[in-house]
Parts: sequence; C-alpha cells; structure tokens
Amino acid sequence: MRLGTVQQKLVCNLSVVLCMAVATGLPAQDSHVGSLNGQASAGKKEYRRYCVGCHGQDGDGMGENAQWIDPKPRDFTAAVFKCRSTPTGTLPTDEDLYHSIERGFASTNMPSWLPLTGQARADLVAYIKTFSTRWSEGHGAPIVIPPETPRAVESMLRGRALFQKMECWKCHGPTGHGDGPSASTLTDSKDNRIMPHNFSDGSRFKCGQTNEDLYRVFMTGVDGTPMPSFADNLKPGEAWDLVHFLRTLQPLKTPEAATWKSWLSTHANTLKPIGPETQQP
Amino acid sequence: MHKRNFSILVIVFLVSSAASTRAGRFAAGSVAPGSVEGTISYTGTPPKMKPIDMAKEPSCAKEHAKPVYTEAVVTRLGNTLKEVVVYVSAGDQGGRATQPVVYDQEGCQYVPHVAAMQAGQPLEIENHDKTSHNIHPMSKVNPEWNKSQPPGTPPLKVTYEKPEFIPVKCNVHPWMHGYFAVLATSHYSVSDDFGKFTLKGLPPGKYTLTAWQEKFGTQTQDVTVTSGGTAKVNFTFKAVPY
Repeated sequence: MRLGTVQQKLVCNLSVVLCMAVATGLPAQDSHVGSLNGQASAGKKEYRRYCVGCHGQDGDGMGENAQWIDPKPRDFTAAVFKCRSTPTGTLPTDEDLYHSIERGFASTNMPSWLPLTGQARADLVAYIKTFSTRWSEGHGAPIVIPPETPRAVESMLRGRALFQKMECWKCHGPTGHGDGPSASTLTDSKDNRIMPHNFSDGSRFKCGQTNEDLYRVFMTGVDGTPMPSFADNLKPGEAWDLVHFLRTLQPLKTPEAATWKSWLSTHANTLKPIGPETQQP
Repeated sequence: MHKRNFSILVIVFLVSSAASTRAGRFAAGSVAPGSVEGTISYTGTPPKMKPIDMAKEPSCAKEHAKPVYTEAVVTRLGNTLKEVVVYVSAGDQGGRATQPVVYDQEGCQYVPHVAAMQAGQPLEIENHDKTSHNIHPMSKVNPEWNKSQPPGTPPLKVTYEKPEFIPVKCNVHPWMHGYFAVLATSHYSVSDDFGKFTLKGLPPGKYTLTAWQEKFGTQTQDVTVTSGGTAKVNFTFKAVPY
C-alpha cells in the first residue's frame, strides 16, 4: 500500500492548507522586521506605557487624550492604515508599521518613536496586530517601484499635465496650497474633517520624505482618507513624472528646483494655468 | 491501488449525488420554482430630500436640466418606496450569481443609487462623466479601499467577499452617496419606480424575507413558496422625518 506521488502531493498540500488555516485563524502574535522578531506580549507592556493615552486600552483610538487631538489617533480595531507599501484595501507589511512608528506622522500628534529600541518597535507592531481579526488574512504584496526616471524639466511638465488631468488640483489646489474646490468638504472614514496636503508650506509628508515614498502615496492611496489610489490609472513612468512635478510645488532648494525655476523664468507664459477648463457659455 | 479506486469511487458518488439533487430540485411536472412579489410602501411623513448644488462641477451641472435631489429616501406615486432591497435572509440561498452588477457614475450621481449583489458576485463600476471620481466604499467588514477613476477609463472590476451594507462616496464630489448591498443570497431584488419587487426562481419552501432601506432600517416577514406559485408580500415602513 504505497501512496502514489500524486496522492503524496495531495496529502502534503492538504496539510499545508490545514496548518495555514489553523495558524491564520488567530490574529498574528508576532512581527518580523529585518532580523528583528517582535512579540505581542512584550509589545503590550510598551503599548500600555507609551501609546495607551491616545490610542486607548482597546486600541480603538479612544484614549483619554483623543478628544483633544486632530487628526484623531488611529483606530487599530478597524485595521485601516495610511502609510503602506501595499495596494489600497490591503493590510500593510510589518516594515510599514515599524517605519510609521519610527517616523511619526508629521503635522499630527503622533511623534517619532525613534528613541525606543528597534526591538520595542517590532514588539509594538506585533501587539497592534492583535486588535483586529483582519490580520488573519495577511498583508498585501508590496507594490513594485521601478527605478526613478531622470529629474528633467520634460518629466516635470508631463507631471504637471497629469496633475491637471487626474484632477489632483480639485483637492490640493492649482498651486498645491491644499485649497482646491473640494478641499473644504473633505472628511475621513470616521466623518472627521480632514485637510488635503499643502505642498507649499514646507511641511513634511506623512508617509516619508523620499521620492519613492511620494510615489508610493498615490500608487497605494492613503487608506481611510479621501486620497485614492491611482495605481489603475498611472503607468510607472507617469507616476515618476508626477513625483517630479509635485517636488516643484514645495519650497525646496534642490538642483531640480533650480532647473525648474530657471526654465520657468523664460517659459512661464507658455503654460496654461491649472484648474477648471474654461467653460463654454 | 486500493486507495486510488476508493477515491475515484468517492468522486463518482459526489458527482452523481450533485447531479441528482439538481435534477430533484426542479423535476419536470412535480416541482417548479415559485416566486414572491410585492410592493414597498410607507406611512407617515418621509424626510424631504435636499436639492444638490453641482456648481462646483460644471461638467455635471449641465447634464441636469431639472433640479437634482439627494436619494436617501426615494418616494414614488401611491406612497411607495424605490431603491429598497428585498432578499432571502433565511431559506434557500440560491446558487452563485455570476452576472456582473453594473454601478455607474453619471451626472455626478450613482446609477443605481443602491446596487444589490451576492457576496463574490462581480461588480463593475463605470464612469460616464467628463470628470474624475474617486470611488470610496466605506466598508467595515470587508477591506476598505479608495480608487480614482478619471474620465474614459475602463470599468473598475471588484468583488466583495462578505455580506455588508456599504455606504459609497466620492470625496471630490461630496454630494455623491450610494450603497452597495452585499448579500449572502442570490435571491434579491431592488424595488423599482413603482415600489415593486420580484424574487423569481425560488424552490418551494419556507422563507424569511428582509427588506432594507438605508434610512428606515430592516423589516422581515415569513412566506411560503409553493410549486409554480406566486406569493404576495408587502412591506410598509414607518417614515419619520428627520
């Protein structure tokens, strides 16, 4: 009574599926960030000490400070996260959460937790994942970011055309001041008022400062906010063009900004203003 | 060798038993599927729908010759209600619905206002406007996503895996509101312009029907479907102005 290879394979596959089903039936209790291995039990202690005041004992974002805070602390029971490397509607990777804790969220009450050890942050990631059963479905597959295209004026101009075409200006404003026609009506998924990012005031991006971080923001969306994913509508080259244009809206003193400024000084009158198309009477 | 024979036997048994239940369900002459139909109406004073000002989106404003109103409660002649979802909440849940449900964005409104679908049934979201929309279904049970859809782009093809009533909005055009009614069953119907609904192809038996309206909540009624018969069930919601 020897099992045939087909049957052997079947048994193997079945047991793998079974093991996965058992393992994924419970919220994840650990995290993996590089060589770090986070444990929820250790993370709980850190959480009770550093996070509970805002995010609450139950992780629902209803800590005693929450009422004074805008934007509101993250509700971990909903398992919806802003800064992800994964497509819209999917859960972030452990690294994404780890870096969010490390970086903090610019222009919010969430500070950088860089002073904690890497191990403590990994433990916190593991504990945060115990607040929702959604974690049993696993995180999404990180999007692939191709190498950056040259930061040339042509790329910035193509990005500018996309800023008009994709109607980014409806919220972020024609000049990136965060004052587009829809800006005043925006609410997040909890019906709290929320402002679009103002590129002109020099504030940092919430999800990281590199060009790749910026690329990721509009190709994954900022879940739980009005910012959608453009992954279905932008090709990778176009996304890089948009990144290069968005940088020109910021008050930066970079070589690229200088190139753009000198080009603009001679060509400004050739550009059609961004905003609503002129209406026929 | 013995084992292989056994597994083949099991497969044969499964296939034949599946075939026999299918045949048994609608055996010619003896048992035919029945249906349920009825009207959704209201008593009391329904809330007044608010006019929508689309001045901020001229390309949509000019699509509408007449004033446009919000659609949270759509009343029709004879105190009937449109856009109420009626579905089987207990009883035969039907097969798997595979026909795509189409949800359109037209004139900066959702058409239909409520899209009913079975969990797992394909949903296709279209944009026929000259403006970009973002489709932001505010799901709690299913994963929440938010996608942009510029004009002239192909339909967004998505599915929802778990039953849930999901409010849908477009953040760019704050007046746009709709619903996805994701149901466990493939026996569902949405009331039409006359407040009427029809559930067809129900195997004879006992059922519990639920009617859902986004402002008035749910109501349930039991009904028995006979072979080839048409049962009548009417729902009446008590309307409260807010």
